[in-house]
Amino acid sequence: MKMKDESMDNTGMRIEAHPILDGAAAPREVAFLYDGREMRGYEGEPIAMALRAAGVLVHRYTKKQHRPRGVFCAIGRCTDCVMVVDGQPNVRTCVTALREGMDVRTQDGYVAREVAS
Amino acid sequence: MTRYDLVVVGAGPAGLSAAAEAAKAGLSVCVFDENAKPGGQLFKQIHKFFGSKEHRAKTRGIRIGEELLAEAAAAGVEVVLDAAVLGLFAERELTVRVGDEVRHVKGDAIVVATGASENMVPFENWTLPGVIGAGAAQTMMNLHGVRPGKRVLMLGSGNVGLVVSFQLLQAGCEVVAIADLAPSVGGYGVHASKLARTGVPFYLSHTIVRAEGTDHVERVTIAEVDASVPGCVFVPRSEKTFDVDTICIAVGLTPMAQLLNMAGCEMKDDPARGGLVPVLDAYGETSIPGVYAAGDVSGIEEASAAMIEGRIAGLAAARRLGFLEEGAFAEAVAAQEAALAGLRKGMFAPGNKGKVFEATDEGVPIAKNLLRKGFLSEEEAKRFWLDSRVKPENDNRYSGVHPVIECTQNIPCNPCQDACAKGCILVGADITALPVVGKPEDCTACGLCVASCSGQAIFLVNEDAGDGFAEVTLPYEFLPLPESGQKGAALARDGQALCAAEVVKAAAPKAFDKTCLLTMRVPKEYAQTARFFKAEVGA
Repeated sequence: MKMKDESMDNTGMRIEAHPILDGAAAPREVAFLYDGREMRGYEGEPIAMALRAAGVLVHRYTKKQHRPRGVFCAIGRCTDCVMVVDGQPNVRTCVTALREGMDVRTQDGYVAREVAS
Repeated sequence: MTRYDLVVVGAGPAGLSAAAEAAKAGLSVCVFDENAKPGGQLFKQIHKFFGSKEHRAKTRGIRIGEELLAEAAAAGVEVVLDAAVLGLFAERELTVRVGDEVRHVKGDAIVVATGASENMVPFENWTLPGVIGAGAAQTMMNLHGVRPGKRVLMLGSGNVGLVVSFQLLQAGCEVVAIADLAPSVGGYGVHASKLARTGVPFYLSHTIVRAEGTDHVERVTIAEVDASVPGCVFVPRSEKTFDVDTICIAVGLTPMAQLLNMAGCEMKDDPARGGLVPVLDAYGETSIPGVYAAGDVSGIEEASAAMIEGRIAGLAAARRLGFLEEGAFAEAVAAQEAALAGLRKGMFAPGNKGKVFEATDEGVPIAKNLLRKGFLSEEEAKRFWLDSRVKPENDNRYSGVHPVIECTQNIPCNPCQDACAKGCILVGADITALPVVGKPEDCTACGLCVASCSGQAIFLVNEDAGDGFAEVTLPYEFLPLPESGQKGAALARDGQALCAAEVVKAAAPKAFDKTCLLTMRVPKEYAQTARFFKAEVGA
């Protein structure tokens, strides 16, 4: 898969083994769309986690100054991570569970960002 | 409208404790929480808790969360998740959003336990993706198994900053530095020490100048702050730049008391408690009869204190509604208050916030290097270890394996005393007292004290293990676990390589709860300075 940002190595963001925590029961990998291209994540995990694991850090651009924003609080409080999900804008991706076939788009102001197909 | 004896807002440590205590007294209890999972922040706390037996000390937060959920469920507490309480109105009526529907609920008593939110500091480019709250890092790695980044700078050396930094290391991330505007480490010295000995540098009197990167964090620059000038003035040419992909912010918490404020509770702005908090009576009742507050919403403290406050509020609600008689209430509350008083003593007690100590309660001058750099200097370690109370000169009772306790601050914690079946370690009735090795000759090297120390500050040392070598046993909570025979370097308290070391033994029996005890062999002269093991690269 082509990474969004070639300057960063985003492999290995998933913690495969942990000294204290036992891994969750085998999660189901599902496909979803990120800005029109296929990506994979674990069913039920927050959309933002699937995106982080795949190397996506920019979730939206602000309306007036077009500045990038991403995950900030990860608990649904700050609303920095909102994206357009299945056509609905302002969805908090850090607390919205990933489902198979979801259409997740970078939000530009209040609408989905145009992506070259 | 649904009516309950008690409605609790927030299923964290305080809320669940209140709910369980009230339900056990016979109340019908419903807990609402806006999150998809109950437990609040407990399920992100993978470290062992401080305190005493009654505070479930030496138990990891995640296990305390499991116990608390089981206790609440067994008592018949109903927990409704994905349920955001929108308003608290007259006659203790609430509106709750569950999914797309708004429900109307009434509680004859209400406990608000909504917790706190993280503070933030603005700096140039602080809105770049990759700048996250320390709580976000915890959520990502401990709840969802995703690393927030690979190279992280932590801003804030309070307990949250220190604990999360250690958890980042455990998750396999690199922590390039811990910076703090304050001139000394804000959290427990033992939390700082366990980071410093792995090589994480501390920059006190430093803060972030700017973050850089095109559309996410690629670099961060910190600089020293001139303490002699009011405001935040940087010392010229003191800038340090690190290549990082993540900046973690841990600069304190603010009580989330909006619900109580809108309900009309009497509030006060109390900086020592973290901001605007409700005015409470001795049992957590606000100025509105029947409405209680417990946990961080009433003032920032540890989860252990929040759980006790919750229980007291739950008991008070039970008494108010006639489920508990005065005598039974007084007895139950007295026990909780005693437990709470034990936690609220020592250098880090809520009343001592910002206070500078010159000596411990025992009269030992405090370890200033620990506060400035995050680790005990050799002289400081000796000051506490070779103190005449601990090890008089030429005391041959220390000839074999014995514990060395590098615990130099009066913090409320005593599992080491309970861990030793031989009674070698003494803390005494006051749990903030520094532990003393009373009978070193009785040490059987069982290691339970090492594994029980939540601050990872106890080492077993055999100063003469033969052939010119000493053996040092240390707590180790990283992967991969070294194996016996593995070679590497022994690191000093400051994380610098001291000498070659070889692992003699690495064991993690179930009783240690995932803390591995690693015994390494080092040349004799390093017995009191070697405190960490680093495997050879490629080994």
